[in-house]
Parts: sequence; structure tokens; C-alpha cells
Amino acid sequence: MRSSRALAVVALAVTTATAAAACSSGSSSSSPSTSTSASGSSSSASTTAKVTLTWWNNANTQPLLGVFNNLIKQFEAANPNITIQNVPLQNELFKTKITPALRGNSPPDIYQQWGSGQQATQVQSGKVADISSQVSPWISSLGTPATEWQTNGKWYGVPYDLHVVGFWYRKDLFAKAGITSPPTTIPQLVSDDAKLRAAGITPITVGSKDGWPDAFWWEYFAVRECSQSTITQAMSSVKLNAPCFTKASADLNAFVKTNPFETGFLGVPAQSVPNSSVGLLANGKAAMELQGDWDPAAGAGLTSDKNLNNQLGWFPFPAVPGGAGSPKAVLGGGDGYSCTTSAAEPACATFLQFLTSAAAQKQIVGAGAGLPANPAAASDLTVPAEQDASAANSAAPYIAEYFDIALPTTPGQNLDNAVAKWFASPEPTGSGIISSVSGPA
Amino acid sequence: MPGAVRRGARDRRRRKLRKGAELTILLGPGLVLFLGFVLAPIVVGAYYSLYNWDGLGPLTDFTGLHNYKIAFNDPAFVQAIEHTLILTGLALVIQGPLSLGIALLLNRKFRGRALMRLVVFAPYVLPPAVTAVMWSLILQPGGFVDQVMKSAGLGGLVQLWLANVHVVLYTNFAVLTWQYLGFGIVLLLAGLQGIPVELREAAAIDGATPWQVTWRVTLPLLAPTLRIWGFITVIGSLQVFDIIWLMTQGGPAGASDSMATYMYRTGFQNQAFSYGTAIAIIMFIFCFAFSLIYQRYALRRDTAGALTRAVA
Repeated sequence: MRSSRALAVVALAVTTATAAAACSSGSSSSSPSTSTSASGSSSSASTTAKVTLTWWNNANTQPLLGVFNNLIKQFEAANPNITIQNVPLQNELFKTKITPALRGNSPPDIYQQWGSGQQATQVQSGKVADISSQVSPWISSLGTPATEWQTNGKWYGVPYDLHVVGFWYRKDLFAKAGITSPPTTIPQLVSDDAKLRAAGITPITVGSKDGWPDAFWWEYFAVRECSQSTITQAMSSVKLNAPCFTKASADLNAFVKTNPFETGFLGVPAQSVPNSSVGLLANGKAAMELQGDWDPAAGAGLTSDKNLNNQLGWFPFPAVPGGAGSPKAVLGGGDGYSCTTSAAEPACATFLQFLTSAAAQKQIVGAGAGLPANPAAASDLTVPAEQDASAANSAAPYIAEYFDIALPTTPGQNLDNAVAKWFASPEPTGSGIISSVSGPA
Repeated sequence: MPGAVRRGARDRRRRKLRKGAELTILLGPGLVLFLGFVLAPIVVGAYYSLYNWDGLGPLTDFTGLHNYKIAFNDPAFVQAIEHTLILTGLALVIQGPLSLGIALLLNRKFRGRALMRLVVFAPYVLPPAVTAVMWSLILQPGGFVDQVMKSAGLGGLVQLWLANVHVVLYTNFAVLTWQYLGFGIVLLLAGLQGIPVELREAAAIDGATPWQVTWRVTLPLLAPTLRIWGFITVIGSLQVFDIIWLMTQGGPAGASDSMATYMYRTGFQNQAFSYGTAIAIIMFIFCFAFSLIYQRYALRRDTAGALTRAVA
């Protein structure tokens, strides 16, 4: 009798402990604690009650992680009533976490998004705050690129940096292969690739496993073959009918057939690990990568080479002979943040304004994270090659936004998947890519 | 005596009440959780799958069975089903005999048996995420696996394990086998413990060769455990997700997609939530149909007595 009683007590204790542990482990990174905020005072720059804002961003590696933590400290020192909780998430993880979060009851207060069609999709959740009244005094100082964060004429987000996609190359490997200046046309790029192969160097690295780096290739050929109006029309009507898109696939097919990429490129991820495409570039295992201006920052954390930023050069996507698009047009976009409806205002908009201030922009671009959203900080780019990228961005006749952001989310992702699939078995028509924007659901 | 009869009836009623209360209290919480977290989501999911919904706005666009039509017409999904069935078949045909053979070997007494059992079971204890990351690094072109094969003289057999679209599914299967073989071995070892040694000794005394002892005595008695192993393996293979997703994300270009990775990509990444839910319902129907058929025909003799007579 006594032993079965003891057993019962133990069972009860274990059950209670398990239940207590299960209940308490529910509080993870997202804390919805925003206490009462001064809702009426829209003119004051700081709130009168203590406010905590959770901040979801994709700066989960150095150097940007350190920069953001410093910025938080500076902001909190200037605004003692506001606390910012930094929640960095790896990029691929971030993209899939944000939709359920917007659907749920406690979305993060501030979260990262890339504007345009993607933002429009997210605004449908009803959880993204319209911050037009808070930002209108200062948003025009950011210039035209910032308008990507408008939906239906209202401001739902603020950019903190801008991006342009181009070729990053290693000057040391180019010198080794005897290439004196970067190529300006695709045929020149092909012959440079041959020189690199002859010197035993992998010419170009691409992170096909993640899909979106493949899309840069196809989209740039499209931007070179199609006129600006064709591209704009295609994005807004969500149809890739124009013949220049088929020509883009044919061009890319011919290029891929020259074997420019690393061995096993279909299984190589884009970032975050040393054997990723940016890791290969940073460690000198490949000569070029077509990527955004975040590449130096992404590669710095994956190599012990402290001189990486001086080894990297930048050149724009070469011209395609006979293409209808401008050879100076660029593919790009930017990163921005939105406030959700649970965020305390004006604290959230104040923080977004802080990120676009000249002082903060200087630190952000200093980390090689991107081009500044605030034109006043353009001279603060420390990575030498970034200056070239920034100059190309400013001189471009127009900036085509990455197609998967310019389109609504589902067709955009379908396009990425279709291009990734095409890369596994290239063919000249690209019909799978063109029909993908009207894909499943 | 009248008093005794009345007392007897009251006692029986009290016993019945007590039994009812016991069942309610013990089964209640479990049943509530099962209804709330398993059955309700299935019903709600089936409802969502009848709409065209991107997960953010309200449910407005009723499309009926349209999502299911698209799914079965999408070559990528049909391919995913094929891959899943291939993985399931391979699991039964390769992991089964392998687990059985190793379990039989580990059932004998030999020096270091405890250590061998530990080594064989260790991969199962690793979280699938760790396994996937580890193997994706080992399988890089020119990586550890390639080096070992070259030094063993098998350099001609080296493939692009994670990039070659014809090989990548089987690479995933190899890693899955590495991870889950230990489970089968431990399960079968437990089953083998339940076979009395005297039966094998009696057979040996009667002149049976070791192979005949295994084939005619051990295996038939091990059959219930094998049937359970088969059930768990098929259900697990139909739902395989984590290792495939972390190693190749179902790629390149869907060459290693399973139903679950396809569902995750279309439902979450592409944000076509009602379509993803339709895929999930299709997976549920696969698993449910298999469970019913298997329990009716294969597990029947094992559960006879437990299910076919009322609990006393």
C-alpha cells in the first residue's frame, strides 16, 4: 500500500512539473508587451509611457548585427522611454516566419520587408500600420526610391538601405588570369570566363539551392532585352507575355552552356555558411558572383581574410548585344521596416526615422550592408567597390525592382521556383518561367 | 433477504458510476487534446482548402475542389508523390532486412555488445536538423565522403551527391537510413527478447540448422514486431520532411521533393495557404487510407482480443 501511494505522489509531481514547464516555455522571442502609449499626442517626438518594441530583422551575422545593437543603444539613450528588443533571424527563416506572425495575434512591432508587391500582399492582413501621418514631415528627403514603400498612396514602411545587383569580382584572381579590366558585354564576359578556367579558377559562383540568386541572372537578361515600359507593364499585369522574355531565356541558356559556374552549383546555398556562393567568393575559391551590394557584408563573416573589402571590385551587368533595354539599367530594391498595428506610435515611426538619420545611415553603410536610403550619406560608403555600385545606381536611367518583390508574393515566388527549376535543366524557350507567374493558386 | 438484494443493486450502481468517473477523468484530457489539436485542425483545414486564400486577408474566394484539381495536374506534385512512394518502398525493402540482420547479430552474446548497440542507436538520438547539416557538409563536392571514396579506390563512383538531380533523392534516402536504422534495430531487439530461448534450443536439438532456426522459429515469432515496425516506417516515410528540407529543400528543382516539402514550399514560402492545406489534406488521406487498410488486414491478428472483445 505504501509503495503505490509513493508512486502516485511521484506521478502527480511529474505531471505537474511537465505541465508547468510546457506552459512556461510558451514565451519565446516575440513579446507583445507594449504598455499604454500616449495615443493622442501625435506631435511629440517621444512617448510619455514606457514602451518596448520588438524588432524583427535579418541581420543575424556580423558586422551588421553589431551595428544594429549599437544603434539600439544610441536610440535608447536618446529616447529613455523606448526599449527596442532586437530579434535577428536568418534570411530564409525570416521570410517564412513573417506570414504566420502577421496572421497571429501578436505580430512583432517592427519587421523587415522589401516594399512594392510584397508589401501590398502583407497590407491585406490588416496588421501593417499606415504611418503616413507620422512620416510625411521627413519622408520626402529620402527621394524617389522610397516610394516603393507606398501602397495605394499611403506609407506602410520606410526604407533604411537601397540595393543594386551587380557583379562582385576578386581583383587578385582577375590579375592571376590576366584580365586587365572587367567585361562590358556578355561576349567579353564569356571570354573572361575562359581565361579564368584556363588559370584553374572557377569563374562565377551562384547559390542555386536558394533559388533567388538564379532569378537575378534571368531577370538581368530580361532587363537587358526588354524596354523599361515592357518591364513595368509586365509587373503590374502579372504577365510575362512579351517576346523579349523568351529572348532572355535564350540568352541565359547560351550563357549557361559555356559552363561558367562552380561544380555542383545546384546544391550550393547563397549565404551563411563557408561553402555558400558568397563564402566561396570570400575565400578566393571563385572569381565572380552576381549579387546584391550586401555581398561584402555577407562574405566578411565567412572568411578570416581581413582584407576582403579591398580585394573586391564591382562592375555592372554587361550589355547584351541587340537588347532593347538600356545597358545602364539596374536591378535592385532595398530593405525597409514596417510598423504593425500593435506597435506603439509614435515610438515606432520615431525609430524608423532614426534609422534614416545621417548618423545611423553612416554606421549602416559602413558595415557594407547596402547603399544608403538617405542620399546625404552616400559619401560614407567605406567598402571601395560599394562606391562604384552606388554610382551606377544613381546614374541608372531606371531601377527595375527584383521581380519577386515587384510582383505579388505568390506569383513572385512561383517565378523564383520556376527559374531555379530551369537552372537544373536549361533550355532556350523558358516557357516554364513565363507561365509560372500564373502557377498553382 | 430483501435487505441484501437492495444493498447489492446499490453497490453495482456505485461501481458503475465509479468506473464511468474513472474513464472520464483518465480519458478526458487526452480526448480533449486529441479533438482540439488533431481532429479540429483536420476539419478546419479541409474547410480552408476549399478557398483561394493567401493567408493574410479574409476567406472570400470559394473555389471548391479547384485546389485539388490543380494539385493533381501539377507535374511537380505528382513527382513529389512518386518520390514519397519510392522512399517508402525503399525503406521497407532496404531498412527492413538491414535492421533485422543487425538486430539478429546484436542479439547474440559477444564482447562489446553493449558498445555496439550504443553505436548503432546513436544516430537516432541526434536531432534531424543536426544530421542534415552534418551530412550536407560531408557530402559537398570534394568533401569528406568524396575523399574517403577516392582513397578507397572508388573515385569513379563519386557523384555530385546533392546537386545531381538523378542522385539526390537516393542521397536523401541514405541519410534517412543512417538516422532511422537504429530505431528499427532497437524495436526488433526488443521483439527478439520476447522470444523464449528454449524454443530455439529445442529446434537446434531437433536438428535444425541456424538458418532454419532463424527462418522457421525466430522470424514467425518476431512477425508482430515486424508488422508494427512496418506500420511506423510507412507512416513516417509518407510524412518525411525535416532531413530532406534541410539538406536540399526538395531540390534541385524538385528532384528530391516529398509531399511534405512540396506542401511547405507552396503553402508557406509561396504563401498559397489554401493550396498548401489541400496538399496536407491529400497527405492525410494517404496516411489514413493506409492505416485503415493495414490495421484491417495486417494488424488484425495482433489486435484481436484487444479490440474484438469488450473490455471486461
